Amino acid sequence: MKEIQELKFPEDLRYTEDHEWALSEGEGIKIGISDYAQDQLGDIVFVELPQKGDRFEKGGEFGTVESVKAVAELLIPISGEILTVNSTLDGSPELVNKDPYGDGWMVEIKPSESDELGTMMIRDTYVQFLKGKK
Amino acid sequence: MKEFLGARGLVLNEPLLWEKGKKGRMGFSLPRRDVESSPLHKDLTNEGPDIPDQSEMDVVRHYTRLSQWNFGVDTGMYPLGSCTMKYNPKVNERLAALPGFAGAHPMLPHQLSQGALRLIKELEGLLSEITGMDAVTLQPAAGAQGELTGMLLMHAYHKSQGSVRSKIIIPDTAHGTNPSSAALCGYKPVPIKSNEEGILSGDVVAQVMDEETAGIMVTNPNTLGLFEENIRNIAEIVHSKGGLVYCDGANMNAVMGIVHMGKIGVDILHLNLHKTFSTPHGGGGPGSGPVCVKAQLEPFLPVPRVVKKKGQYIFSEKFPESIGKVQAFFGNFGVMLKAYAYIMSMGSDNLKKASQLAVLNANYIKEKLKDIYHLPYDRPCMHECVFTDKFLKANKATTLDLAKGLMDYGFHPPTIYFPLVVNGAIMIEPTETECKEDIDLLIEALKVLADEALKDPASLQEAPKKTKVRRLDETTAARQPCLTG
Repeated sequence: MKEIQELKFPEDLRYTEDHEWALSEGEGIKIGISDYAQDQLGDIVFVELPQKGDRFEKGGEFGTVESVKAVAELLIPISGEILTVNSTLDGSPELVNKDPYGDGWMVEIKPSESDELGTMMIRDTYVQFLKGKK
Repeated sequence: MKEFLGARGLVLNEPLLWEKGKKGRMGFSLPRRDVESSPLHKDLTNEGPDIPDQSEMDVVRHYTRLSQWNFGVDTGMYPLGSCTMKYNPKVNERLAALPGFAGAHPMLPHQLSQGALRLIKELEGLLSEITGMDAVTLQPAAGAQGELTGMLLMHAYHKSQGSVRSKIIIPDTAHGTNPSSAALCGYKPVPIKSNEEGILSGDVVAQVMDEETAGIMVTNPNTLGLFEENIRNIAEIVHSKGGLVYCDGANMNAVMGIVHMGKIGVDILHLNLHKTFSTPHGGGGPGSGPVCVKAQLEPFLPVPRVVKKKGQYIFSEKFPESIGKVQAFFGNFGVMLKAYAYIMSMGSDNLKKASQLAVLNANYIKEKLKDIYHLPYDRPCMHECVFTDKFLKANKATTLDLAKGLMDYGFHPPTIYFPLVVNGAIMIEPTETECKEDIDLLIEALKVLADEALKDPASLQEAPKKTKVRRLDETTAARQPCLTG
């Protein structure tokens, strides 16, 4: 496993204590898991995602991610309705390891509440949180 | 110091069955046909399954060779936490194989099965006594089925009270099957966190316990190997809102004859006969997951139940509130036999002593290694202790490397990366059946490995070096499983 300083945490994303990230794009918000999360999990072998149109409350479980080590729940940081799901993860779960912020994104959600994104951690706060965890 | 067990030996290569053999080869010869040939119905004819063509000797050697690549508790120490991989005395196997039992047919009438029925009834009584519960069903075939049965009992109880409840509280130190058993029964699992001491506190339970919650599923001792000391207080909180306390008793090996589950507030408890009461396991069964309950839940137990009437043991279905049948016939009878033989041959004092030794052994390992391995919860443990790889943070070696390395020393690796509440967990359960010399050897091996991990992590990452098969490609195996020959 890598040290915090070896991991990437883009400035333009927001993060949660459960290691999901979110990024506003047009009318939707893209969601995935952080570089730290994929590194902790190890080789990811299966990603279970919701259906388009499913609705979630903030903090709800929207899927699971399974690695050779463990199965982890995916908790949604934003309330709303699923617009799109990254179905390529079905056949290529390794994308979450290779490119957690790019091709490894998981869902895009249409937010139902205003500014839940703003309550999420910015990069520096998240990195501080991770350092405190160690 | 004694020599480590791990060594190289003559282990033979063996291909897949489909890769050896020859068309037409077989394990037996059919006698010459002495009746007229009669064609099969056309729906029954096709090319048939692809069964490898092998002689008997080919098959015997195939499986013997594969077995030599393997490792079991009869080979060496198997300190797999959360699994109680203890040695099971062979006398219990022998008793279970007595022709009168082994040849018994479940369709025989009760008049011809008095011995078997008596054993079921008496084993229920023995398990009641050991756990301090009032009534027992032996039907469930494994721990998870015991959990499901327990949930069905909970549901039946609430229904009888005219109460509709939809949630179950499950701590993060419960066994992983608990939330699935609750969910399968239609309950919504409500997860709660254990405290900084690794156990549950009453106030956390009080925050979520309400009248829509059917109860709590506690694993005690929990998956950190710690005793849930606040269980009485937790039970009071749950009971005060009309809920029930379910206890996952898979870790009963730590507390036989020591904890009276009935008195600490447990209403439903399942046991794993295949862990605690002498049935070899780890290969997927057969198991047995009896469920023990307090008197108020007895009417709901699965049927048929063995009852004694006019000096005869009979099966009775006359329990109108029963949840019904949960298993074909009466459960895994062979496992019950072994449990009965084990309990009777040990006696109450020795069962208690087995638990005491299991706890002593785990604490001994914990104390001997805690200055080297990181111990997240430094307090007396029960039958297992949990370390982490935090001490290797800077060295890039991990729990996985230590586990693989242990194979080269002749030990089965412990449970790793579980429980999930501990990062990089290494969970060791020595059980009562290992002697001090072997435990010392395990401790020594773990010390040598820790040293190697710190000084030469790259070398450790090559381990295991002595086994027939080195590191498997677990990732590809999981991503693209190939399940055919």
